Amino acid sequence: MEDLSLHILDVVENAIAAKARRIEISVLEEIEEDRLTIEIKDDGIGMDEEVRQKAADPFFTTRTSRRVGLGLSFLAQAAEEAGGKLEIESRPGDGTKVRATFQHGHIDRKPLGSMSETMVMLFLGNPDVDFHYNHMKGEKSYTLKSQWMRERFPDQSYMAPDAIQWLRKHLQEGLEGIGVQG
Amino acid sequence: MTKLTLEDLKKIKEEVRSSTLLREGGFRAKITIHMGTCGIAAGARKLMTAVLKEVEEKKIQDVMVTTSGCAGLCSREPMATVEILGNPPVKYCDLNEEKIKEIFLQHVVNGEIVEAYALARGSESTY
Repeated sequence: MEDLSLHILDVVENAIAAKARRIEISVLEEIEEDRLTIEIKDDGIGMDEEVRQKAADPFFTTRTSRRVGLGLSFLAQAAEEAGGKLEIESRPGDGTKVRATFQHGHIDRKPLGSMSETMVMLFLGNPDVDFHYNHMKGEKSYTLKSQWMRERFPDQSYMAPDAIQWLRKHLQEGLEGIGVQG
Repeated sequence: MTKLTLEDLKKIKEEVRSSTLLREGGFRAKITIHMGTCGIAAGARKLMTAVLKEVEEKKIQDVMVTTSGCAGLCSREPMATVEILGNPPVKYCDLNEEKIKEIFLQHVVNGEIVEAYALARGSESTY
């Protein structure tokens, strides 16, 4: 994975595979504390304690098609290389919370990448999921919810060209407004 | 009267095609981008961005773009599956932005399979 926005996309795809209906994605950039926190919380099927403990092990997966599962392992590695860590909280039926922390200014911290590309994809590719994205940088904050899009385009499919345009613009302008490169 | 060019005809064909063909749930075609860890690491997000750009620019209303997990052929990622209403799905592999754009115009819009990039049709015949 080249950047953190791709890791976020990957973990959210896990949540969708776990039948989540509501997914909260939060990116917190605390410059003064030199900390970057990514948190993804879903209401999917969750994991039992045994699976939770093994989730970041590259040689563990719940799939039966092969024996490796690299998504969370990669994120754990990215966090640890940048002075942070990966934490997973989960209970069957209660959903899962994945939190990755990084030292913001660490020389090995991967760049954030394009959050707007990741979000456009998630929102448009999963119209049935209720997304809630919040991004804080220092004192400034930006929020985008699936609900807002549904209210704005009630009768249209998400793939409508004007909905795509609206979403892209909202993200780019909103993220630029808080000093994040879209 | 100005003469119709080949480009004009193609444009009309595309417009009529996307507005009159059979619809099921409002969609005529479905593109699924494989978005497992392997797909994402290989650049699947770029494919999705390229497809959405085409949909946006050409104002296409009847194509559904969605994502799926790993298809089990990680070494051939990024992959995408194109399904035209009433036809078997076609899997494409080793894609990039240019290839998916070509597939979008030739297969999704015009209905002709891009055999050069296709891996399989349905589950039996292989190109």
